[in-house]
Amino acid sequence: MKDVKVLGPGCKRCQTTAEMVQAEADRLGIPVHIEKITDYAAIAGYGIASTPGIVIDGTVVHAGGLPKPADLAKWLAA
Amino acid sequence: MTTPMNTLPQGEDRPHPTWFRPPRSWPAAAWMGGVVASMAVWAALYAHLVPFSEWVVSVLPIAHGGRLEDAVRFFVYDTPKVLMLLTLVVFVMGVVRSFFSPERTRALLAGRREGAGNAAAATLGIVTPFCSCSAVPLFIGFVSAGVPLGVTFSFLIAAPMVNEVALGLLFALVGWKVALTYLVFGLGVAIVAGWIIGRLHLEDWLEAWVRTVRSGTAALPAVEVSAVDRIRAGIEAVREIVAKVWVWIVLGIAAGAAIHGYAPADLLAAVMGRDAWWSVPAAVVIGIPMYSNAAGIIPVVEALIGKGAALGTVLAFMMSVTALSLPEIIILRKVLTIRLIAVFVAVVGLGILVVGFLFNALFA
Repeated sequence: MKDVKVLGPGCKRCQTTAEMVQAEADRLGIPVHIEKITDYAAIAGYGIASTPGIVIDGTVVHAGGLPKPADLAKWLAA
Repeated sequence: MTTPMNTLPQGEDRPHPTWFRPPRSWPAAAWMGGVVASMAVWAALYAHLVPFSEWVVSVLPIAHGGRLEDAVRFFVYDTPKVLMLLTLVVFVMGVVRSFFSPERTRALLAGRREGAGNAAAATLGIVTPFCSCSAVPLFIGFVSAGVPLGVTFSFLIAAPMVNEVALGLLFALVGWKVALTYLVFGLGVAIVAGWIIGRLHLEDWLEAWVRTVRSGTAALPAVEVSAVDRIRAGIEAVREIVAKVWVWIVLGIAAGAAIHGYAPADLLAAVMGRDAWWSVPAAVVIGIPMYSNAAGIIPVVEALIGKGAALGTVLAFMMSVTALSLPEIIILRKVLTIRLIAVFVAVVGLGILVVGFLFNALFA
């Protein structure tokens, strides 16, 4: 089970990012647990300056804008 | 445009719902060709806007030769013109911005000294992708990673004020001199206001929880960005920004058309002309709480200048509308105390005031 955190204050893009992660994980058959982090202090604690951000198993892999599906697949499979 | 958020198509070519998404598998050459062809179509359409608007006005059942016709002609010509120019500018800037990110800008600014740092921050504010919804993460991300407070403010002032939409539309509608002036004075306000806030050493006026965040910076994995990805970023920017601002633009053009057709020139000259010293402060005070993005305000600006309003007064109005707005202040309230917000608004407002007066005096 991969632990995925989507960092963002609850904007539309953050929602879309979470859905993209779920869709890509389903496609690859990787079980994931997605958690949304909306608290500003918690988001800042990950050291990013733009949202949405993606953290997989404790490692920040993405910040700012929607991720590319191909990159998502790479991060999820790693 | 409605984009259903919960009906997510599956498969790697369709990451999220959209109206136009050529398959990723297209070769890069097809993308380049598509861009060139689109530009050619754009140019052909743009060249025919005047006859098109004349034709529309001629077939409309309105009194010809009157004020109404003036106003309608302005509206019918300016709406497609502004929307087309906006689309072009947003696309090009979307591609340019794919070369920058807030994280990279932060790395460039961290530990910079004030002065040069303020200038760098304001300049990077033009090209770094920024939306007001992520102003708070950006603010904390900058400050907690060692970007000085005043330098962060220079970025935060320039990013919304000196943006590609404002510059591109000013250039297209009012001329390159006004656009360049707006760029230079806008950067000036951002640099000087940020520098002053930095010199005041107001770090203690941040909200307490912000001062305790010491996160450092995340090391993001390198991602390959191809030419096709950059074109897609441009299309994505058009999709997002034009869909969001077209209502404002139409409203702005309608207001501009009303001014164009009905506002008496001598009254406007008396209220917003060079001789009315109080018009600059009035423009700033009215503009600060207003929220409209640059796209909506520029057709109004064009109409005001055409009616003889002083350029400095109009620029001051536009700067205060874009640089300071109630929604942004409410968002920033999460990280700044009321006292610091008051200083921020006062310093930026004063800067804009000086620009307005200076400009009216210089170009009398």
